[in-house]
Amino acid sequence: MSITVPAPPAAAATPPPPGGAAAVRRRGPAIPLRYAAGRIGGAAVSMLAVVFTGFFLFRIVPGDPVRAMTRGRPVDATQLAALRHQFGIDKPLIAQFGDYTLRVARGDLGTSYQYKSSVSSLIGSHVWPTVYLVGTATLIAALLGLRIGVRSAWKHGSRSDRANTGIALVLWSMPTFWLGLILIVVFSVGVGPIPGMFPTGGMSSPDVHGLLPSFWDHVRHLVLPCVTLIAVIYAQYLLTMRATLLEEIGADYLTTARAKGLRDDDVRRKHAVPNAMLPAVTLVFLNLGTAVSGSILAETIFSWPGLGSLFYEALTVPDLPLLEGLFIFFSAAVILMNLLAELLYPILDPRVRTS
Amino acid sequence: MPTPTTRRRAFALAAALAGAAALSAPAASAAGRADIARPASSGVHLQQAPSASGGKTLTVATNGSIDSLSPFLAHRALPTAVHRLMYDFLTNYDAKDDHPIDALATKWTTSPDKLTWTFTIRDGMKWSDGRPVTAEDVAWTYNLMMTDDDAATANGNFVANFAKVAVDGANVVITLKQAQSTMLALDIPVVPKHVWESHVADIGKFNNDAQFPVVGDGPFILTGYQKDQYLTLDANPNYWRGKPGFDHLTFKFYKDADAEVEALKKGEVDFVYGLTPAQYDSLKGQANITTDKALGKRFYALAINPGATTKDGQAFGDGNPALKNQQVRQALMYAIDTKVLVTKTLGGYGTVGTGYIPPIFATYHWDPDPATAYSYNPDKANQLLDAAGYKKGSDGMRTGPDGKPLTLRILGETNRPDDTQNAAYLTEWLKAVGIGATTSIVDQGKLGDTETAGTFDLAFDSWTVNPDPDYVLSIQTCDERPKTPGKSFAGDDFICDKDYDALYQKQITEYDQAARAADVKQMEQRLYSDAYINILYNANSLEAYRSDVIGSWEKQPQPEGAYWGQDGYWSFWSAKPAESASSSSSSSNTGLVVGIVVAAVVILGGGGVFLLRRRRTQTAEERE
Repeated sequence: MSITVPAPPAAAATPPPPGGAAAVRRRGPAIPLRYAAGRIGGAAVSMLAVVFTGFFLFRIVPGDPVRAMTRGRPVDATQLAALRHQFGIDKPLIAQFGDYTLRVARGDLGTSYQYKSSVSSLIGSHVWPTVYLVGTATLIAALLGLRIGVRSAWKHGSRSDRANTGIALVLWSMPTFWLGLILIVVFSVGVGPIPGMFPTGGMSSPDVHGLLPSFWDHVRHLVLPCVTLIAVIYAQYLLTMRATLLEEIGADYLTTARAKGLRDDDVRRKHAVPNAMLPAVTLVFLNLGTAVSGSILAETIFSWPGLGSLFYEALTVPDLPLLEGLFIFFSAAVILMNLLAELLYPILDPRVRTS
Repeated sequence: MPTPTTRRRAFALAAALAGAAALSAPAASAAGRADIARPASSGVHLQQAPSASGGKTLTVATNGSIDSLSPFLAHRALPTAVHRLMYDFLTNYDAKDDHPIDALATKWTTSPDKLTWTFTIRDGMKWSDGRPVTAEDVAWTYNLMMTDDDAATANGNFVANFAKVAVDGANVVITLKQAQSTMLALDIPVVPKHVWESHVADIGKFNNDAQFPVVGDGPFILTGYQKDQYLTLDANPNYWRGKPGFDHLTFKFYKDADAEVEALKKGEVDFVYGLTPAQYDSLKGQANITTDKALGKRFYALAINPGATTKDGQAFGDGNPALKNQQVRQALMYAIDTKVLVTKTLGGYGTVGTGYIPPIFATYHWDPDPATAYSYNPDKANQLLDAAGYKKGSDGMRTGPDGKPLTLRILGETNRPDDTQNAAYLTEWLKAVGIGATTSIVDQGKLGDTETAGTFDLAFDSWTVNPDPDYVLSIQTCDERPKTPGKSFAGDDFICDKDYDALYQKQITEYDQAARAADVKQMEQRLYSDAYINILYNANSLEAYRSDVIGSWEKQPQPEGAYWGQDGYWSFWSAKPAESASSSSSSSNTGLVVGIVVAAVVILGGGGVFLLRRRRTQTAEERE
């Protein structure tokens, strides 16, 4: 994992004078139309490129889907040929591409080779578990990371800053798989005086019925995978926030604010943090975009029925329609979230509007 | 009075909680919906029929996956095993020694010309919806597979040789195109015609998971399925062989085997299978856990590229020509110490490979004469290679009659950890007899492509064998080679030995089991001396179960067979709860968790209020 933070618009280089936001707001709409149209157009072009590359990308994956699916099963040559015909992979590549383009244009992602179900229904049934786990973990990690990041930057060099940064980095460098297994051993099975409190895996139990018990059952299943993910990812928010806030901390406008006699809390909250928010917001939205692609490692160790493991299963066959559908879906989520972040910039930072 | 700052904080906290709740809502509402059995239009849903509460549950941890629950479409091992529990087949395999026994059919006769088989269907059997099971259901299932390509997806091979299937009263009369000795090994789940008739139009897409409980006639009735989470079955109280000992059977899906082992230790599941030697050892001696080391149904072999050819004999690929020489192939086998592989790679949990059919199938297994068996003997390997014209040079490595160094490419698969380790041993042993070796361990897709193209010399190869050995024997016949160079084919290793093929034809038409077994053993002998495909070992099947939940259950075959992967339903059907087993398998510590969460909320909330109050009473100057 690496921290990659796309640069926010260049206009963010100089801080605004206090009160500048109100002044700009009077001049035009919150999101300038031309700005919005440009961003939406860019996203549409990216989406089109994704649809076309999606087809060819997975044709490079080696392996014969029919052979892989029937491996170890007593099947004869007639059955193999029938499957190949059913999947349409006995046609020339260009004809397959034609079928694919027409299909996607109709909004049909096709039928999975191995599951014999429509790709959209497979994505539909796996996307909520993923959003439920990775989305919750990303939100909590962001809130936790940003908050600690602000504190650390404000009191940089202090003992709490060093401790917080140190702990976050140690957790960040832990393999998700290993941390998950340790949590299972300690909190699922129980060690010494610690009782086994949480399930060893899965998202729900088959023998729990009723709305409230089911809800509670889901929460119990969520705790360990969510804690694992939060522990591993919150450092990136902490470090991003800390770094950007440190850049602001010596700025003149903060000295002015303090000179006016404002409380330290207000200086931080109203003046410093808003100016340091842009990279963090970008990071949150980017991660929310990739959240739908799941976390293969956390999903595997906790047997979570999400999209990450579905993608992995599709890749081993290779289940081409499922791979193409997931690729389009994942890319669309990232493009959409990126677009939302870009549309939010002018609202968060008036300097973007004036640029 | 709250200040604007504290109000904002309260608002932020409320917003965060609302966000988390919003994210939880879909799953929670899905869980709410899960309690209602309902028909749905597509293949994958969140659903679960309310199973009768109470009763004893046997929970199985599985890391398998389900491609489809339709017996016409499912290829994978797990759904195939579940189908055995849901539907009766025409015949079954005996728990003790795997010989064919009655199931749907109570008796059977064959015509003198061997082409007509008449099966008498059991009287008084009922589907779980109360309708009678009839000969018509059997004939309808088979006929559908014979006439509809989609319905033939999973099991079409079993009916490929059928000319006609007809009903004559309580009898099903099957007419064959040519004699077929595997008629008592038709592993086809028979489905209720009255339920499946309405699905014929979309049989290629109907996954049999739309409405629960699923109508069946096996020892268990499928009551619910949530993809990648769990599958639930209830005991069929009216099963003709007797009601199963447990009231419910649950398969819980795990993606990580270590988590399965932890779940067994905790008692969250009652049975795990497919353990690695390390996992198996870690469970030995644990309280309330019984481990079982069974004979495996799988062989692990070294396939030697005989020179890839099509059905018409057209050569392709680039297999090393040295391997066309039987002496060279046999020399390779003398150079390999299979005992070391069993000890090191399998941790001792397996048996040294001999005949092609694994020892678990005693009727068909063949052991070579110890005097002529390929035991580890580098001297003999050196002699054979010298005799074949591959002389050692000054560096100890051999060159062929054409002057080229003898170097072989070993092909293995990343998903099979054995391959990497075994390739390392093999390289050393080959080097010791003057043969160079290079290894490529690749993913399953790449491996398939390389094998299909015939561009390898040695490849690790593994198959699961059924009680009837026909299929694994068939994949080594000349006819199973590809039609077109480099195209996928149903066979295994491009082998074409006319004598082997003649024996194959003889055994497929031999209805006397003892005579057929003799033919099969001759075929194994032939493969062994040809040395195109050599069994390195048969790994044990390692499993473990909670002895405080399962009191007793049957293996297949006995005494050395396994509980999982049986060719029958014996283990789950015969399992009896232990005396101490509780009536509910739920391991919820709800009270404890509630207590801990409440305590945490109180501490955090209290701390938060304290901090807020403290902050509010401080001025900026005080804090600075």
